[in-house]
Amino acid sequence: MTQTAEQGFDRKDSRLVLAHILFAFASLLLGGFAGLLQGMVRGGVITLPAGIGYYQLLTAHGVLMALVFTTYFIIGFLYSGLSKTCGGKLLPAASKLGWIGFILMAVGTVIATIVILLNQATVLYTFYAPMKASPWFYIALALVVVGSWVSGFGMFYQYRSWRKSNPGKLSPLFAFMAVGTMILWLIATLGVAATVLVQFIPWSFGWVDTIDVMVSRTLFWYFGHPLVYFWLLPAYACWYVIIPKIIGGKVFSDALARLAFILFLLFSIPVGFHHQLMEPGISPVWKYIQVILTFMVIVPSLMTAFSIFGTFETAGRAKGAKGLFGWFKMLPWKDVRFFAPMLGMLAFIPGGAGGIINASHQLNGAIHNTLWVTGHFHLTVATTVALTFFGISYWLIPAITNRVLTPKLNRLGIIQTIIWAVGMLFMSGSMHTVGLFGSPRRTAYTTYQDHPDAVLWMPYHVAMAVGGVILFISLLLLAYNVVALLRSPKGYTEYPIAEASEEAGTTPRILERWGVWIGIAVALILFAYTIPFLDMLNDPTPGSKPWVTW
Amino acid sequence: MHLHRLEKIWLVFGISMLVVFLCVIGVAAFALGMQPPSGHSHSIDPQKVNETPPFDNPRLEQIGENEYNAYMVAYVFGYSPAKMEIPLGATVHFQITSSDVVHGFEIPGTNVNLMVVPGEVNHYTHTFTEPGEFLLLCNEYCGAGHEYMATTITVK
Repeated sequence: MTQTAEQGFDRKDSRLVLAHILFAFASLLLGGFAGLLQGMVRGGVITLPAGIGYYQLLTAHGVLMALVFTTYFIIGFLYSGLSKTCGGKLLPAASKLGWIGFILMAVGTVIATIVILLNQATVLYTFYAPMKASPWFYIALALVVVGSWVSGFGMFYQYRSWRKSNPGKLSPLFAFMAVGTMILWLIATLGVAATVLVQFIPWSFGWVDTIDVMVSRTLFWYFGHPLVYFWLLPAYACWYVIIPKIIGGKVFSDALARLAFILFLLFSIPVGFHHQLMEPGISPVWKYIQVILTFMVIVPSLMTAFSIFGTFETAGRAKGAKGLFGWFKMLPWKDVRFFAPMLGMLAFIPGGAGGIINASHQLNGAIHNTLWVTGHFHLTVATTVALTFFGISYWLIPAITNRVLTPKLNRLGIIQTIIWAVGMLFMSGSMHTVGLFGSPRRTAYTTYQDHPDAVLWMPYHVAMAVGGVILFISLLLLAYNVVALLRSPKGYTEYPIAEASEEAGTTPRILERWGVWIGIAVALILFAYTIPFLDMLNDPTPGSKPWVTW
Repeated sequence: MHLHRLEKIWLVFGISMLVVFLCVIGVAAFALGMQPPSGHSHSIDPQKVNETPPFDNPRLEQIGENEYNAYMVAYVFGYSPAKMEIPLGATVHFQITSSDVVHGFEIPGTNVNLMVVPGEVNHYTHTFTEPGEFLLLCNEYCGAGHEYMATTITVK
């Protein structure tokens, strides 16, 4: 199924994918602007004009970046790859489900943005009870989640149809990864859907008086950790399937790539307690059991690191690289399609190590709810994932619009990537450092009545603001580049999909028996959650009435 | 499924490291008693915190030689008791709950870092071995005045 210049990317699919990508970047720009202002407020550089609250901006920043930008980009990207690898175009039903999902999520996003701007939902994107936002905020979130489900069903449909018409054949690796990601998302979002539909909506309308706070937090974090893997897995799909093609190599091992995704499906969900380590109401034994499961999810990342660098070395040596590290110089550093994701991968080394610290049971107390945690996820999602997504955009937008990435735009892309990395070095670096000193996250400008500890934090907060300004400059350049890509000369751009290396051997068919893996995933979730959750339900804490404290 | 020899070495090394990490924190937790703050199911009605002992009278109470219970309530946007003086070297068992939304309870420079959840009482024990004016702050967003929610604990 080679794509030729005449054929190009399917026109109808192109519209669906482009709509998702542009929506994602619009919310990124808006959320980034909120982030810029927050950094400057916290650094003591500006005060907000009357009427706008710091925490209002923080809510907008979190919702637009963490929920809207990521979900839209991921769904658009996965749809594009399914169209490319499963038959060259989307089936009408898959496409229709994709559009329904898009519209539901868009309606949800618009409603959420309006209530946030009206200051009726200043509860941050984690919306911890018993702070009560407008019921419309929760309805908006439900619409986003349900919309993403519908899009997921469209992907499953495309994948199933491909397998039916290609009996006995191994599915394309990209399609496998897209399906794995959406299954993970579906299982994970059941938790947040349950708390929003059963607890928050009836309570916020006043149909019930109180809410069980511990149950709502537990359901939220059942969703909250796989959420970060939902962001990461599409980036991994790019590293496994796209990057080898860009550097002129092959997928290191098809079987190990699939195994890594299966391990993520199994181990990224039954681990939510590592976000609740400092909380009452959960016994330390169950916390520790989930800490162990959390450490299991590091294994597929170790596998991924080996495979990706294995691909780099094999490709470099095939091009004639000599010595132990000669292949490193052979990598296409001047190609933004490689350069941006590569910086993202490098950022994931300290990012992942920081994550191990965060999950380390009692050690979490050293950094819990400090700026260290904010620094951590700005390194993982806002550097690793974001840079990979930027790198994808530089070929995906031209590929689906039948345009070319000009050398000038490639150069601008590299500059944009470097500016982003420098900004993040300032911001995430100072967040990590000052977090270790104890400076709390999610807090507006304060020196705690000039307490000596807090006064010493200020230079780091200023460095964060500097980082925020640099990052926003990168974002403006990105916006320019996206517009320029949409107006660049017509021509054929390859959708890079790598082939598997034959040396790695055949892929065991059990890896594609989804029923088996979903069954094991459910069993692990039941193991990790049944007893502590039943404890909460059988011996419930007295409920809380709603509070509006902003 | 073929696993490269170097990958086997890499994974054995990586997984061994994870096992070592888990053993270290596991031994610290279950053998040396360094658990995260907890207190399994000590529920309290958040609407009636001010009339439920011991939180009807938040205080520092001596229970032994240089050993104290600190019964504390977090609310928007402060802590009760507002000020505490703790003798140097004292071991303090913090017991804290919230009368409204979720709060944080962090003393920078120490390992004291708890979530204060309405409906539950959280527990943590800390020994103050250094003198000074310690900052106590809320590290969980709790509303418009969140950044003002702090006090100091004097250790001397």
